[in-house]
Amino acid sequence: MIRVILPTYLQRLANLGREVHLELDDDVTFLELMDVIEEKYPMLKGTIRDHVSKERRAYLRFFACGQDLSHLAPETLLPREVLIGKEPLRIVGAMSGG
Amino acid sequence: MSSVRVLVGTRKGAFIFTSDYKREKWDIKGPLFAGLEIYHIKGSGVDPQRIYASQVSDWFGQVNHRSSDGGLSWKTIGNKFDYEGEVGTHQDFSGNQIPWKFRRIWAFEPSPTEKDTVFAGAEDAALFKSTDGGMTWQELPGLREIHSNMWMPGAGGMGLHTILINPKNPEQIFVAISAAGVFRTNDGGQTWSGINHGLKSEYELPNPEAEVGHCVHSITMHPSNPNVLFMQKHWDVMRSDNAGDDWYEVSDNLPSDFGFPIAVHAHEPETIYVIPIKSDLEHYPLEGKLRVYRSRTGGYGWEELNKGLPQKDCYVNILRSALAVDTLESCGVYFGTTGGQLYVSPDSGETWQTVAQNLPAVLSVEVQVLP
Repeated sequence: MIRVILPTYLQRLANLGREVHLELDDDVTFLELMDVIEEKYPMLKGTIRDHVSKERRAYLRFFACGQDLSHLAPETLLPREVLIGKEPLRIVGAMSGG
Repeated sequence: MSSVRVLVGTRKGAFIFTSDYKREKWDIKGPLFAGLEIYHIKGSGVDPQRIYASQVSDWFGQVNHRSSDGGLSWKTIGNKFDYEGEVGTHQDFSGNQIPWKFRRIWAFEPSPTEKDTVFAGAEDAALFKSTDGGMTWQELPGLREIHSNMWMPGAGGMGLHTILINPKNPEQIFVAISAAGVFRTNDGGQTWSGINHGLKSEYELPNPEAEVGHCVHSITMHPSNPNVLFMQKHWDVMRSDNAGDDWYEVSDNLPSDFGFPIAVHAHEPETIYVIPIKSDLEHYPLEGKLRVYRSRTGGYGWEELNKGLPQKDCYVNILRSALAVDTLESCGVYFGTTGGQLYVSPDSGETWQTVAQNLPAVLSVEVQVLP
């Protein structure tokens, strides 16, 4: 089971709680995870990554295991701790303001 | 008795103001979509209870909403805007060619005849059409065949911000793009022409009379006379008497002909409104006085309207989509400011009242008259 924590706005948009659980095969990449999220929650299409280019939105970040994984290639496997559900993947709005 | 519903898009959500025909007391609902930019919120003329809202976020991208009950409840609709065919390139600020990229929707324009048809103006500039109430969108790519490699962003981005549909012939559509100019289709969006003859942009373009590249801020028409178009350009207020084939300047005695919005009186096709701004560097009214200017002769002579508006220390801006009129017998005029004020004149501009003082910066104002 993979655990994904969504930012508040996306929870509201898709009428979800803070954390969603996805039952997936052992080896899952960031790209595959995003595909599954968008298939299961169509309202999130275009919000985490661009509809067409599939690029992550610049102001969103992927954190897990105490690291910023945002810049890994989409084909990269998720960390083992995330794949086994020990750690959540946190989708976070980048800091802004002043 | 008729009532009025004012749809206001702001930097931090949408607000809906309602009043009876007197337009003296107002109820406020909002913020809707709190905390998020609402570039445009507009109702359908075919079904006024149907309202579209364009929500834009640097974090979460474009999200669109539709209401079927006048804004009481909302449904998320399609947000996939995929450019047709080879994406092509346009100029960036440095003059380099960069690929077209979808960034946001500046404007929705519901069809005046078909309930489920709605147009959307995009940045990077393109026109999209939906025939299923906004669930899916298709580009009308012929527009980008008009020298689009020479289009470039204005300071606010390369947005298609104004869509005018000829109510007498809905196959004729006019769009305005910053900074590309005005374009017209006579066949529902299949083929397009640039209609910028007569525009002069000596401070903005190396060739002041270039075929494309003009920074058109807003265009408008009166529904009874769609051959006459009015334009607030970056600098210059312009007029066309032949559906955009030729333009000429009607700035006349305006204290500044820089500004963003322009509107036409609901019942007087030659009465037009602009809000002069000091300059493209100083985006605020001259002398700190907020004044609307009205011409009752289609641009040949302008009069100042200021009763009820702040006449000192006012340094707000009024953005291109933030001026609107209603169609009540005594035409109402409405505008919102970047300082968060919403002003209403129930008497064609003679007097003004402050309906809201502390909204987030206002991006757009639209008005519906309900039976």
